[in-house]
Amino acid sequence: MSAIAFPAPDPKILDKRDQIIAGLAALVPPECLVVSEDERRAFETDALTAYRRLPLAVVLPRSTEETSNVMAYLHKQGVKVVPRGAGTSLSGGAIPQEDAVVIGVSKMSKILDVDYADRIARVQAGVTNLGISDAVAADGFFYAPDPSSQLACTIAGNIGMNSGGAHCLKYGVTTNNVLGVKMVLVDGTIVEIGGDWLDAAGYDFLGLITGSEGQLGVITEATVRLLRQAEGARPVLFGFETPESAAACVSDIIGHGIIPVAIEFMDKIAIEICEAFAHAGYPLDAGALLIVEVEGSDEEMETQLKKIVAIAQKNGVKTVRESQSAMEAARIWKGRKSAFGATGRVADYICMDGTVPTSQLCHVLDETYKIVERYGLRVANVFHAGDGNMHPLIMYNVNDPAEQEKAEKAGEDVLKLCVDVGGCLTGEHGVGIEKRDLMPRQFSAADLAQQMRVRAAFDDQWLLNPAKVFPLEGRAA
Amino acid sequence: MTHQPATESDFCAIVADARAKKTPLAIEGGGTRAGLGRPTQTAETLSTRGLNGVVFYEPAEMVICARAGTPLADIEALLVERKQILPFEPPDHRRLYGSSGAPTIGAVAACNLSGARRISAGAARDSLIGVRFVNGAGEAIKSGGRVMKNVTGLDLVKLSAGAHGTLGVLTEVTFKLLPTPETSATLVIKGLDDARAVEALAQALGSPFEVSGAAHLPPGAGGAEARTLLRIENFEASVAYRIAELRKLVGGDVTLDDSASRALWRDVGECAFFAAPDARAVWRVSTAPSRAPDLVRLVQRNGAVAHFYDWGGGLVWLAVDAAGDAREKDVRAAVATCGGHATLVRAPDEVRARVDVFQPLAAPLMKLTRDVKASFDPDGVLNPGRMYAGV
Repeated sequence: MSAIAFPAPDPKILDKRDQIIAGLAALVPPECLVVSEDERRAFETDALTAYRRLPLAVVLPRSTEETSNVMAYLHKQGVKVVPRGAGTSLSGGAIPQEDAVVIGVSKMSKILDVDYADRIARVQAGVTNLGISDAVAADGFFYAPDPSSQLACTIAGNIGMNSGGAHCLKYGVTTNNVLGVKMVLVDGTIVEIGGDWLDAAGYDFLGLITGSEGQLGVITEATVRLLRQAEGARPVLFGFETPESAAACVSDIIGHGIIPVAIEFMDKIAIEICEAFAHAGYPLDAGALLIVEVEGSDEEMETQLKKIVAIAQKNGVKTVRESQSAMEAARIWKGRKSAFGATGRVADYICMDGTVPTSQLCHVLDETYKIVERYGLRVANVFHAGDGNMHPLIMYNVNDPAEQEKAEKAGEDVLKLCVDVGGCLTGEHGVGIEKRDLMPRQFSAADLAQQMRVRAAFDDQWLLNPAKVFPLEGRAA
Repeated sequence: MTHQPATESDFCAIVADARAKKTPLAIEGGGTRAGLGRPTQTAETLSTRGLNGVVFYEPAEMVICARAGTPLADIEALLVERKQILPFEPPDHRRLYGSSGAPTIGAVAACNLSGARRISAGAARDSLIGVRFVNGAGEAIKSGGRVMKNVTGLDLVKLSAGAHGTLGVLTEVTFKLLPTPETSATLVIKGLDDARAVEALAQALGSPFEVSGAAHLPPGAGGAEARTLLRIENFEASVAYRIAELRKLVGGDVTLDDSASRALWRDVGECAFFAAPDARAVWRVSTAPSRAPDLVRLVQRNGAVAHFYDWGGGLVWLAVDAAGDAREKDVRAAVATCGGHATLVRAPDEVRARVDVFQPLAAPLMKLTRDVKASFDPDGVLNPGRMYAGV
C-alpha cells in the first residue's frame, strides 16, 4: 500500500546480522545496544507513522568516542547508519531500513557548560530543545528556536533538520543559532566545527550540516547561542471572518515595517480542534484567527499593539483579545502548540510544510481547500504566517489504504503549488522520505547532482541515512 | 585578460571554456577587496560587473534579488526609498584597502561580510536566502529561493557565503530584509580598560534591551580616550527608554544621537581607524568575547599592536607591523590558546603569498574542504588558492 518506496535491503548485510551485532556488542555495553525485535519496534518509525521499517539493530552511544568507534566499525562492515534524535520527524527523516543500524543520541543528554558572559550553552546532542531553555530560564535566558515538539525533540535532530518554530520571524531558525558542533563522520573521524565564537573558519560547514538530515555525519555535541528573554511578551488573538482577511492582515503588518515576534494563523477547523483540546478561549465564530505576539516593556508593547490593532481593524478584524496575564498568554500559546496533537485525536493526518511568499498566502490557502476537497478529504490549516511557512494538516483514516493514498496525493498537489508560486517544499520539517520524490519539482537535474556530489564528499558510499532527501532514481554512483 | 559577460549563460560558456583550456580564472566583483585572500596565479579574470540590476524587489515580503555585479550602493539607495535595510550592515572596505570602484552585492555574499549588527541580526549568510551560481564545470546551479524558511535539500546557499568564489561564481543573490529602525542612539562609556569594557558589553548584551552594536575603542582608535559603545535601534520612545535603562545597568558618559551614532558605527564597520594609507598589516579575529582581551594581551607580549573590538568583544581587529610574517606566529598562537580564528585581511601581496591568510584547518576539515571544492570545481578553475593552497 505504501506509495513511498524504500530501497531493497542488502541481503549480504542481513545475512551477517549476527556477526554485526557481535561486533557492536564488543564496542558498547548491553544497555547501549538494542537487538530484540520487541525493543527495536520502538525505533521503526518517527512521527510519519504511516511508514515503518525495523532496523537491523539500534546503538545508543554514551559519548562522542563511543559513537566514533561504532561508526568506524559499521563503516568497515559497509553497514548503513540512520541517525536518530527523539524520533519526532514529520517527514520520516528518522525512519530506518532493515539493513541499517540506528544510532540514537538519547544517552548523550547532558548540558556541559552554560556561559552567560558569552551567552552560549555547550550541550550533548541528545539534550532536548526545551531542556536548554529550561536550564537557563531562571537566569532570564532562552534558546530561541522553538519547534512544537520542543518538549521531546533533541538538538541533534534540530540541527539535522534545521528546525524552526513559532518565534523564528524574529529570532531565526536553528542555523542562525548554532555556533559549533562536534560530529562523527561516516568513517568514525571526529570533527569539530566552529566553537563559542561567531562565524566558523573556512567554508560554512556549520551551515551545510544544519538541515542535512543526517546524511553528513552524526552530531554528538553542539554549542548554541543563548538570548536574553524580553522584558515582557504579549500574544494577542485576532478573529477574522474569513481566512482571506486574516492573510491580508499578515501582509499588511509586515508591509508596515512591523516585525512581531510571531504571527500564527489558524483556520476554522483548526480553531475548533484546538479549542476543544486546550480551552484557550479561541473565538469559535471566527473563520480564521491570528496570534500575534509582541515583546518589550509594557509601554513598548502597548505602542506596537496599537499599531497592529489599527492594521487589523483596517482588515476587518471581528475579535481582538489581548492577554491580560501570563496565564492567559500561556493558554493562548497552549492551543497553538498543541495543534498537531489535538488534530491527532480527531483523525490521522499528514502535515505539509511548504513555504510560500507571504503575498501568495491567500491564493495558496484558497487553492489548498479546493485541492483537498477534490480528494474528498478535510484539512486544518495552522501555520507560521509571518514567514509564509504553511502547515495544512490533511486528515484521513490511516487504516484505509485508499484514503491514505488520496491524502498523500492531495499533499503532493499542495506542495507542487507552493513551489510553483515561488516557494519551497519544506520550510522546517525536512524532506525525509516524504518529499524526496518531489525534489525534481523544485530543483533541476544539475542542481540535485551538485547537492549529491557535496553529499558524496562526506559519504562516498551513501551509507548515512541513504533513503532520504534525494529521489532513489538518478543518484550519482 | 578580463571577461565581463552580461548573462548567466555566457558565464557558463566562459567557465566551461576555461576548464577545457585549463586556464584558471580570478573571480572579481567591484575589485575593492582585491587585497583580501591569498594572491591567485591566474592569467584571466572573470568579472561580475556586467551582471547588473535588481531582478525583483518585494518590499511587502521584505526580500530583494539582484544580479551579483549590482553595486551595493544601488541596492541600498533602492531600499532607503522603502525604509528597508540589509539586516547585517554590510561594510564598505574601500577605506581599509585604499581602493576605488564600487563594492558589489555578490561580493558581500561571497565574502560573508557583516558589520556591527551581526550580533543581533545575524551575518550576511543568515540573511542570504537564495543564490544562483556557475560551478567549475560551467553549470548554472540554484540553491535556496525567495522565502525565509526553507530546508529543502542541502544548504548550498550557506556554503556559497564566505567561499570567496572558490566553489562557484555567484550570478544572482537573494537577501531577506528588515525595516529601517525609526532611529538610533549610542551610549558611550569613557575610560574603561579592555577587560572592564568587554564585561560592560557582555552585561548590556545579556540585558533585554536588544543592543544592536557593542564595540570598544581603546585609546588611539579614533580618539585619545577609551570609548565603549552600545547602540540601540528602535522606535524613538523605545530608544530613549532603553538607553536610559542601559545607563542604569552599565553607566555611561554621553549619548550620541542618530546621525553621530551612524557616523561612528560606519567607522567601526569599515575599520576606519586603520584606514589606508597605513603600512600596517590588519588581522581580523573571531573569538569568544570573554577571552578577547587575553588574546590581545598575548599578541602584545611580543610587540606593538593597535586594536579595537566589535561584536561585544568577539571580533578583534589588530593592526601590526607588516614586516616578516605580519606577526602570524603570535596571532596564531594566541588564537590557539583562546579559541577562534584569524584572517590576515590586509598585508602586502608577498606577505599574503607567504603566510596562511585564513585560519589553517584541522586535517579532517581540510580534507573535507578539498573534497567539497572538488565537488563544485573538479579542475580548480575558480579562484584557485584564494583561500587555501590547492583549493
